[in-house]
Amino acid sequence: MNATIVEAVNDALHTEMAADERVLVFGEDVARSGGVFRATEGLLEEFGHDRVVDTPLSEIAIIGGATGLAMYGYRPVAEIQFSGFLPPAFDQLVSNASRMRWRTRGEFTASMVARMPYGAGVRALEHHSESMEGSYAHIPGLKVVIPSTPSDTKGLLTAAIRDPDPVLFMEPKRIYRSFREEVPEGDYEVPIGEAAVREEGEDVTLVSWGSMMPMAEEAAANVDADVELVDLRTISPMDTEAVVESVKKTGRAVVVHEGPRTGGVGSDVVARINDEALMYLEAPVERVTGFDTQVPMLSMEDFYFPNPPRIAAGIERALSV
Amino acid sequence: MTDRQRTDLTPPEPESYGGPVEYLSQDDLRVPTHQLVTPDGEYDESSIPDLDDEAFRDLYRWMVSDRVFNRRMVKIQRRGELGTFGTTRGQEASIVGSAYTVAPDDWMYLGRAWTAMFMRGVPMRDMILFWRGIEESQQSFAEHNSQIAIAVGAHLPLATGTAWGMDIRDADEITMAYLGDGATSTGVVHEGLNLAGALEVPALFFCQNNQYAISMPFSEQTGANTIAQKALAYGIDAIRVDGQDVLAVYDAVMEARERVKRGEPVFVESVTYRLDAHTTSDDPHRYRTEEEEQAWEENDPIERYRSFLESEGLWAAIDHDAIVEEINAEFDAALAAANDFSEREVSEMFAHVYEELPPELRRQLTEFEQFLEEHPEAYDYIDQRPKG
Repeated sequence: MNATIVEAVNDALHTEMAADERVLVFGEDVARSGGVFRATEGLLEEFGHDRVVDTPLSEIAIIGGATGLAMYGYRPVAEIQFSGFLPPAFDQLVSNASRMRWRTRGEFTASMVARMPYGAGVRALEHHSESMEGSYAHIPGLKVVIPSTPSDTKGLLTAAIRDPDPVLFMEPKRIYRSFREEVPEGDYEVPIGEAAVREEGEDVTLVSWGSMMPMAEEAAANVDADVELVDLRTISPMDTEAVVESVKKTGRAVVVHEGPRTGGVGSDVVARINDEALMYLEAPVERVTGFDTQVPMLSMEDFYFPNPPRIAAGIERALSV
Repeated sequence: MTDRQRTDLTPPEPESYGGPVEYLSQDDLRVPTHQLVTPDGEYDESSIPDLDDEAFRDLYRWMVSDRVFNRRMVKIQRRGELGTFGTTRGQEASIVGSAYTVAPDDWMYLGRAWTAMFMRGVPMRDMILFWRGIEESQQSFAEHNSQIAIAVGAHLPLATGTAWGMDIRDADEITMAYLGDGATSTGVVHEGLNLAGALEVPALFFCQNNQYAISMPFSEQTGANTIAQKALAYGIDAIRVDGQDVLAVYDAVMEARERVKRGEPVFVESVTYRLDAHTTSDDPHRYRTEEEEQAWEENDPIERYRSFLESEGLWAAIDHDAIVEEINAEFDAALAAANDFSEREVSEMFAHVYEELPPELRRQLTEFEQFLEEHPEAYDYIDQRPKG
């Protein structure tokens, strides 16, 4: 099928719910309304009220409840309506979901998915625009996945639902519907923990993920250099090898992400390059990121996150040394 | 200030012993709903609040103002001049009746109650700027000791905290927090209310139960029969009021306010209805029937109040069309002023993150300004954002 990212989410949920009756979908406005972004549309009609549930407005209970269901053998896919509403439930991720396997020495696990749209640029109100994957990647025991294409979205979400550990699945809502591509019918997995090389190149490695990928692609096309474009896809556990191998080849790197620079995942990418490929570097690794500020309200939000000219300038800096 | 002396804990002393296990059940609670004017316009003269004719007219004017403002906002949103917008149509009595009790020095935390801010002097222009995503709007709200909570329920502990300060200072003002039915399902509301009950602070919690949290009807939001009863669990007394009856809302909140001023928190549940969509991005026909909407359309708070004014002989002195015209003119002026609001420099993004810009942030700003100087065309493609 030819699908957008949000349609691929929907397709993956339909496919996995049909294949495994332990899979449950719940969250705010997901059932009758089909989700505020329509990601869960049609699930209620196909799988009924027992498996597709509108919950009260209770993020803590949604994430904590998913953890309890998972411990009891279900495969919950919980939706947090906007990633900006996750913080109250951060406690449940940190204190329960991510620690259940460790706490019980594997007797109980939290095989669950928390899906949530993230990022700025959809003209919403405060708390609807954050990119906090850096904070979530800091939690041991939690996997953090961010797709950037429709076919990856379906394969990664399928893998997340089947994963034995808790997965935070962050969906780039700005590009939810911005393009379509062929998405395979039926079920398939894109493995968690593996980056993808989108374009091979010799001059410089451009590492990014999620909502920044189309921007990075456009920037790569606009610079006078042979750019190797790496889509990280899984933030944690990160595919260090893919990044390091690319940098060993190009000797230069730029990391692009939407969230704040300080404590951002980009810092970790740079650190891993330093750990494994320092002697191959011909220039300092550049970071092009959101600023260490609140995401502005909607009138200025487009200035907050990197755009192709900013990314191109970063690539040129990396090439100038 | 509330006496916070510790008292010794004593073992429970049951009233009797023996017999079967007894439940404490919500079904045994009697939760009355305060109403002064029936939907048919009937009322008992002796229970009507003692307001002068001007105040009676004022209440009408503010309710109409709320409706006109909402209508105009939806219109300009459709023209692409706002990000999104959520109306308060159907909740005019709930909002105006409650906000009419507020004193200038009170603090307010608000949800879906834009007119409550106009009533304390926030210019209409600033509400337009807010929905255009311009930060200065929230500065204006703050100048009026008020703010809008977008993270549902997250403001409740703030309300308890400011009321706590008022209690310590023995201040005359109170804190009033608006919240919705959905908010009462969050953990943070539980904690905020519990702290207010435990410390006995002068906070008035005004919950507009408009029956919907986006698509979730109140009947599925909670197993509780009413929201008002939840307050009891925190040791806070509650009032449930017909939110389509502006005089009943005013009466209930005035009564609550008197008690709050004596240092006890009070919780008011106002039973109302969100007649429009959650926001301009929502389609309520995915989750509710037109029959249900129609029943509430017929329970229009402005119509009910008008029949009261007619019965009282106050209607003759009110020129409804002139009020609408006035509000429209006010909106036109506010919109023009909002359109005149000058575009800000990108440095605005870095303002107010901290009192003093830390060196790293200063570096990020300098780099960005330098980038913009070298690439003046870098953001030329941004032409869709609402004016501001």
